Amino acid sequence: MKLANALRAATALSVMTTGAAFADTITIATVNNGDMIRMQGYTDDFTAKTGHDVEWVTLEENVLRQRVTTDITTKGGAFDIMTIGMYETPIWGANGWLVPLDNLSAEYDAGDILPAMAGGLSHEGTLYAAPFYGESSMIMYRTDLMEKAGMEMPDAPTWDFVREAAAAMTDRDNEINGICLRGKAGWGEGGAFITAMSNSFGARWFDMEWNAQFDTDAWANTLNFYKGMMDESGPAGYATNGFNENLSLFQQGKCGMWIDATVAASFVTNPNDSTVADSVGFALAPDTGLGKRSNWLWAWALAIPAGTQKQDAATQFIEWATSKDYIELVAAKEGWANVPPGARTSLYENENYKSVPFAQMTLDSILSADPNNSTVEPSPYVGIQFAAIPEFAGIATEVSQEFSAAYAGQQSVEDALAKAQAITNDAMEAAGYR
Amino acid sequence: MARAATTQRKALNTALAWLIGFLIFFPILWTILTSFKTEAQAIASPPIFLNFDWTLENYSVVQERSDYMRFLWNSIILAGGSTILGTMIAIPAAWSMAFVPSKRTKDILLWMLSTKMLPAVGVLYPIYLLFIQLGLLDSRAGLVIVLMLINLPIIVWMLYTYFREIPGEILEAARMDGATLKEEILYVLTPMAIPGIASTLLLNFILAWNEAFWTLNLTAVDAAPLTAFIASYSSPEGLFFAKLSAASTMAIAPILILGWFSQKQLVRGLTFGAVK
Repeated sequence: MKLANALRAATALSVMTTGAAFADTITIATVNNGDMIRMQGYTDDFTAKTGHDVEWVTLEENVLRQRVTTDITTKGGAFDIMTIGMYETPIWGANGWLVPLDNLSAEYDAGDILPAMAGGLSHEGTLYAAPFYGESSMIMYRTDLMEKAGMEMPDAPTWDFVREAAAAMTDRDNEINGICLRGKAGWGEGGAFITAMSNSFGARWFDMEWNAQFDTDAWANTLNFYKGMMDESGPAGYATNGFNENLSLFQQGKCGMWIDATVAASFVTNPNDSTVADSVGFALAPDTGLGKRSNWLWAWALAIPAGTQKQDAATQFIEWATSKDYIELVAAKEGWANVPPGARTSLYENENYKSVPFAQMTLDSILSADPNNSTVEPSPYVGIQFAAIPEFAGIATEVSQEFSAAYAGQQSVEDALAKAQAITNDAMEAAGYR
Repeated sequence: MARAATTQRKALNTALAWLIGFLIFFPILWTILTSFKTEAQAIASPPIFLNFDWTLENYSVVQERSDYMRFLWNSIILAGGSTILGTMIAIPAAWSMAFVPSKRTKDILLWMLSTKMLPAVGVLYPIYLLFIQLGLLDSRAGLVIVLMLINLPIIVWMLYTYFREIPGEILEAARMDGATLKEEILYVLTPMAIPGIASTLLLNFILAWNEAFWTLNLTAVDAAPLTAFIASYSSPEGLFFAKLSAASTMAIAPILILGWFSQKQLVRGLTFGAVK
């Protein structure tokens, strides 16, 4: 009996010691947004389940992008998990900079990840980052103003309808702008919006030989339509408005419509922050009847840099943070409207989540976006609001600066497009694509 | 009549100085006010100036979410360490340039200043790789060296300017009295240049405190100072201006207090030799 007890004690001690020996502290670089900050608050749950501690490095999106890019390209090893997006993942995966997530547990159910998300976060069929939350873009509109204008928003409107509705809702005397859209320079700000919009007008960044396409009618139509509509019905200074500026305007009741990220739906319907929370409707991003809508696809995802020494702990964290259990945990503590959206199919099959007002439109928007087939005419790149090549961020930032200057009236649309054409072709030639 | 005009002019100058002072301080004041608002009040249009329900909630959230003291301590070490190290190197360098100039002194001074004209991002990768090789990534020691090197040209230039105001004959007299080089610098030159050295120290401390490129790119957890603390509250997708303002206020408070108490010394040092 004594021997049995001694053996049990030794075994227990051995297990405890082994557990302690494998308890790691992982460092995670992440962005500052509501869902990521919420996740940090639940880190104790992960630590309790696995014994691993977590150190967070939270940075503003652009700073984070520069920081993690520097680290991964130099194999710095400062982070065990990096929060990256759909733009970086396929490029970094192809370069062998990320650990393939092809060995996730059966319990994790990787097959439950929304196909559009899994596709955008993979390279040659291998998943390199697990989506923490995903988003598309859609129309958020004021139901009361739409009613006052005597119009009814269809589920899938055209750009012509949107322009007409914007003009009808505009009431300058009462500081109401019919439509608020991003115009701010930056590839992830106004650049993302206009690229997604151009898809619906039949435009594309490159033809199959990587020649810039800004000299086409499709791009001229896109920019002229955007500028014409915004000059008629947009807010003053729209050329410098990004997500936050438009969110602020919409929450204060100064926008009739806003086309932007689906995650904004939870902000504009939150009565604590939004003055119009009870009169917001949703619709798919508009099209022009050419077969492509103007919505984008994006995910913030967790990836493991190839040089990490703590791959096991990092994998465990990713399985925890992007699991069905985590969604249940947040729902139990903070309600279904606050769970990270857009990553898992099962979330949209959940009866509780179906009652969230923007759930179905978010799913429909995500499902209607295809990063592998985003343009009307064939294009050589993957991505909807971007082209997943390393050169794109730099080129698109410059191009969007030219576009913003056109919105602000500092140059004509024709001049902006001519400059965009030259900038892009020069850069692509220098990079060896042409 | 002339006297009345002078009084009027003085009043005008005073009013203008107050106006300019207020304009310069207004962004800081606005940040501090915003830190006591709710997120909805922070973005209200028209903006609310004072008529809002003051709340400490943002400070409470920031305290709960971040280990402020760790960031503060790192800022003190980095700014203090780089300032002390830089001064130790700059005093002898400025002494030699001021009192034992060579044909190339002016060229060296200009060359030192020219290093400030290089965009930092241009040397990010070489420095990052060096830090990896030397095991200095996310270490205070590495950051102290980098910040010292960044500000060294300014310290040398400032000290050189102050030292040039000191008559060389005094140092010569000390040498004739048998003072060694070390004694000459420590016991004769340094006490006479105290206002200049103090203002240089303060300015360098402030520059190092506010440095936000290297401190963000070369740190992660252990050496991250208050610049990283602020960066963690900035977001292009979400309105967290009130929390960002609370974090900013907490980050700038120590340096504001330091500047307030040392303003006399700072002004005296910065205007040292300006009027002859």
